[in-house]
Amino acid sequence: MGTEASAAGVFSAAVRPVTLSVNGADRELRIAPWTTLLDGLREYLGLTGTKKGCDHGQCGACTVLVDGVRINSCLTLAVMHEGATIRTIEGIGAEGALHPLQQAFIDHDAFQCGYCTPGQICSATGLIAEGRARTPEEIRELMSGNLCRCGAYPNIVAAIEHAMRVAETAP
Amino acid sequence: MTTFGLAQPVRRVEDPRLLKGEGRYTDDIQPAGQLRGVVVRSPYAAARITGIRTEEALKVPGVAAVYTGADLKTDGIGGLPCLVPMTNRDGSHRANVPHPVLADGAVRHVGDPVAFVVAETVEAARDAAELIEIDYDGLSAVTDPEAALKADAPLVWPDVSGNQVFDWEIGDRAKTEALFAQAARVTKLRIVNNRVVVASMEARAALAEYDASSGRWTLSTNTQGGWLLKDQIGPEVFHVEADKFRVITPDVGGGFGMKLFLYAEHVLTCYAARKLGRPVKWTSDRSEAFLCDTHGRDNVTEGEIATDADGRFLALRTRNIANMGAYLSNFGPYIPTFAGTGVLASVYGFQSVYANVVGVFTNTVPVDAYRGAGRPESNYLVERLIDETARALGIDRVELRRRNMVLPTQMPHQTPVGKTYDSGDFLRVLDAGLARFDWAGFDARRAQAAARGKLLGRGLSYYLEATGGAPSERAEIRFADDGFVDVYVGTQSTGQGHETAYVQLTADRLGVDGSRVRIRQGDTDTIPVGGGTGGARSLYSEGQAILATAATVIEKGKRAASEMLEAAPADIAFAAGRFSIVGTDRGVDILTLAAEQHRAIREGREGTILDTAEVAKVDAHTFPNGCHLAEVEVDPDTGHIEVVRYVVSDDVGKAINPLIVRGQVHGGVAQGIGQAVFEHTVFDPDSGQLLSGSFMDYALPRAGDLPDIDVDLVEVPCATNPLGVKGAGEAGAVGSPPAVMNAILDALSSRGVLQLDMPATPARVWEALQAAPRAA
Ligand code: FES
Ligand code: FES
Repeated sequence: MGTEASAAGVFSAAVRPVTLSVNGADRELRIAPWTTLLDGLREYLGLTGTKKGCDHGQCGACTVLVDGVRINSCLTLAVMHEGATIRTIEGIGAEGALHPLQQAFIDHDAFQCGYCTPGQICSATGLIAEGRARTPEEIRELMSGNLCRCGAYPNIVAAIEHAMRVAETAP
Repeated sequence: MTTFGLAQPVRRVEDPRLLKGEGRYTDDIQPAGQLRGVVVRSPYAAARITGIRTEEALKVPGVAAVYTGADLKTDGIGGLPCLVPMTNRDGSHRANVPHPVLADGAVRHVGDPVAFVVAETVEAARDAAELIEIDYDGLSAVTDPEAALKADAPLVWPDVSGNQVFDWEIGDRAKTEALFAQAARVTKLRIVNNRVVVASMEARAALAEYDASSGRWTLSTNTQGGWLLKDQIGPEVFHVEADKFRVITPDVGGGFGMKLFLYAEHVLTCYAARKLGRPVKWTSDRSEAFLCDTHGRDNVTEGEIATDADGRFLALRTRNIANMGAYLSNFGPYIPTFAGTGVLASVYGFQSVYANVVGVFTNTVPVDAYRGAGRPESNYLVERLIDETARALGIDRVELRRRNMVLPTQMPHQTPVGKTYDSGDFLRVLDAGLARFDWAGFDARRAQAAARGKLLGRGLSYYLEATGGAPSERAEIRFADDGFVDVYVGTQSTGQGHETAYVQLTADRLGVDGSRVRIRQGDTDTIPVGGGTGGARSLYSEGQAILATAATVIEKGKRAASEMLEAAPADIAFAAGRFSIVGTDRGVDILTLAAEQHRAIREGREGTILDTAEVAKVDAHTFPNGCHLAEVEVDPDTGHIEVVRYVVSDDVGKAINPLIVRGQVHGGVAQGIGQAVFEHTVFDPDSGQLLSGSFMDYALPRAGDLPDIDVDLVEVPCATNPLGVKGAGEAGAVGSPPAVMNAILDALSSRGVLQLDMPATPARVWEALQAAPRAA
């Protein structure tokens, strides 16, 4: 573990250290307190898999898992998560192997341009862990925070439904 | 090739990368030393600028520069061109106005760029932007296209009288009038085709780098084809050859037409990169994307159909007022005219069609191509009008369509607006759709809905689309040293899954395994020409180029194999990836042969390089068509609408990859349902402010808003290209708005509501129900 983020470009003296456990590794950032978790990940840790679709909590492209719970990373500040466990799209699926959800997205052709996809997958991971959705209608409703302008919804829902069943039957 | 064969639902090759967060979109590229740009935009819809002061902004730590229109003028930077020549009805030319990159003393819509701030960070640039003082002298604005044509309307451009950009026509007016004069019945309809914000999930971005020693720029940006940018920004804007620009297109997060064009921010980043000698990146934020990406649609149209005593269509007459916004975007005037009117005759046997289109300036964001580009607007009008005609004549709407459809025996069919349909079996596609939808079982479903207090309606549309785009396309096949086959293409995927279809085609023709084929796109240096992607042209144009190139590769391969195997070229046959001497088992596979030839050349021996580039001419349009069927449930108490059943019966010609075709149709239908039911672009009529400028105010369809979409493919091969494909990228967005609106009106007509414009929001539906005279 080292100090990764140069405070490049932060001209104010208000830089603060924060340590996050990101995808299994402790990372220390030195950032201005008003930096969102999303910008912290993208601009300071170089984890550009998490996308910015609106920066206002209205599209879900920036969804990540914080201590296992899905949140919009654009709506929260990085410094609020000292010590938290963050999982981003880069931490889903093992090296060289896809997570069952990722595989289901392939099998069901559940995306087109791929821009909303990291957020969809993180959100669906959180959804499955919540165990609240049972039917396709519930999946639709509980995935409504994640916009897809390519309109891949029918296949996204099918992929999640499939992955949910796989998760249920797993030992 | 079993794993990558044609007509197979092959999984997309782009998938694993994009699924693991390894996609590389423009904003993900972060070169060392990059500066960030922020555009200062007009808060006024119409104003004169009487002064700009930048001194305070320049003092902000980290700010490298602030540019205004005056700087661009000093450096001789040109404006953004409109690429559409057009002649008015009276023989004069359309209005032509400048489109400065930064305001030239006036602003003409909210969001019009005024200054460009470049700094070490976005935050510093934003801080500085707030300190720029701009004196505006506010003027009256007009945003509605019909209002803009009124005599007392404020003028967007002082020297364009009546705000009229063009007054254009197509079709035989005299013949049309004569048919109307002898008609047994004429039905009329006036409809609004609502303005739509494109809102690709990835906003636009541009990263420019300038190399002073070579005088060349590298512009990385999310486009639908970099060639169109380079050909404009070089000669027209910077007054240098186009080849001074290398345009690289990384992964693109959706385009839908909107990312085809040259925009101010492309110029600004390139300008600043040259001035400052460092990479300069601009990434749109969502709020400004609403104000600086071209919008779509925005037409007010009157249509009339003349029918004879048997309900046969004689003629169609339309008058369309098309909002162009405050400036003419690259193809703005093309969309409602050349593109849109070409499909007005649709699948029906009209004897004559006449269309008049008037383009109008308003103080709004410029309008240009959006998925379908003019074709959805025309299909919407025709299909709404046919339902209206059916109601007026008392003929069943399915029967009325049937009676007027062009038959397969009449192909090729020449339409009154100059198109020649090569193929089509409209009745068969219609019947397949009706059966799949269970059109006949509607009454029972309606009774069930009624028991729950809901109004059920069913609607259909039969659409026809004419694909378009650049008239040629290029492909190059190179055998790489690592044993892969690289295919360089001139189209640009923005999420359509072309890569996969191209791999399938190449693998099929060269007889190699699909896993050995790589598709290369998006770099104007390695690919000298390309038509980009737009008008659903990619598969049929690039597909033809790949076929032509593969054929030449095989010809060259036969020569090389004949040398290698010491046989006459005429005795060499090619099959399943192998060149062999006819009647023997001696042969060589194509990858080995290509590698051997490369080695020979490298070692100074003679050899035949198999690598080849070919340009295929694409001179015939294709005409995808199909039937959309929708069922909607209306809650009469709230006006809420739910689309509960949706079937598409589609003829996209041969489907190279049905999986991808279905995905494209889903996406198009989602956007069409969005336009019909949710998406409402609202400008304040007085101030010209965009009131629907965020995802909270502008409703994109969400997962819970859409039904399952059942897509049935009825293949009627296209007769004018060897693949038989017709194109699938736009079709879903063409057929869906009329199907949904016809269903909504079917539900509401029982309560006396006979006309409603898109979007059918709950408030509008509820108001219409309140205002309607209660029918029995
Ligand atoms: S970027 Fe966070 S919700 Fe849109
Ligand atoms: S796949 Fe493009 S936005 Fe969802």
